[in-house]
Amino acid sequence: MNNYRLLPVYVVAFFSLTAHAASDVAPVSNILYKNDCSACHMAYQPGLLPARSWQKIMNNLADHFGENAELDDTDRKAIMDYAMQNAADTSSFKRSKSIMKSLSSNDTPLRISETKYIKRKHRELSNKHVKDNPKVKSLSRCEACHTKADTGSYSEREINIPGFGRWDD
Amino acid sequence: MFKKLSLLLILTWSISAQAAVVDELLSSYKSEGAGNFSASNGEALWNKDFPDPKEPGKVRNCSTCHGKNLQAKGKHASTGKVIDPIAPSANKERLTDAKFIEKWFKRNCKWVLGRECTPQEKGDFLTFLRTK
Repeated sequence: MNNYRLLPVYVVAFFSLTAHAASDVAPVSNILYKNDCSACHMAYQPGLLPARSWQKIMNNLADHFGENAELDDTDRKAIMDYAMQNAADTSSFKRSKSIMKSLSSNDTPLRISETKYIKRKHRELSNKHVKDNPKVKSLSRCEACHTKADTGSYSEREINIPGFGRWDD
Repeated sequence: MFKKLSLLLILTWSISAQAAVVDELLSSYKSEGAGNFSASNGEALWNKDFPDPKEPGKVRNCSTCHGKNLQAKGKHASTGKVIDPIAPSANKERLTDAKFIEKWFKRNCKWVLGRECTPQEKGDFLTFLRTK
């Protein structure tokens, strides 16, 4: 009898665990961050880089990978704070932890695609899949192949490489 | 009937919001030293080529990202992200937010011209764009 009384608790616990597992990095929850970053590219989840990287990026928006992405100081600080507070080094999500494990303590990567973990996960791909693929072009366009990248989900079964389809290791 | 009327109201409202935002910017440019504004000078600036500092021999201009047709969608030169039409006739959100306009003037003038635009240039450009 006692066991049945606890059933709702088990059900809730089960679903919250699976819901968490579906996201590999914490989804973006800040509107300013989402709108400003996604004006030009996918709003990469803060949990894809350590806080020190976000700090460096947000302090050099005049040269943002060759583009000018300057913001007024209020918005810049709000976005930097959100990114640093939700960065990979303090996240409990699995891919954030894996990214951190692949970095040494003095690494301050500016590109997510430069981190050892992300490089390792993509090492089987060749130019035909990415660089020479007109619908992909660069590893920085996560959403070109990871169909749920904008939700923080990068599971292998959600991959669809344009022109090549699903990916199986 | 009611639907038509409310559509008309929304349209009038968005046009007047746009007019107010642009008028206010134009008068602030004048207070910063600009003279009378010219749509044809604005159009000339839109079409002008500037040398690409990264790739010798290549040029940058507004249409590098916004496309040749102001009423059509553009595409970010490096990320490929689709950019909604810049012409207010094709995109009712254009020219309705002064902060947004200034943010993108700063970024895009620096990227295309290699410097910030002057109040005169910004006023000429808005005078051109608001008719599109």
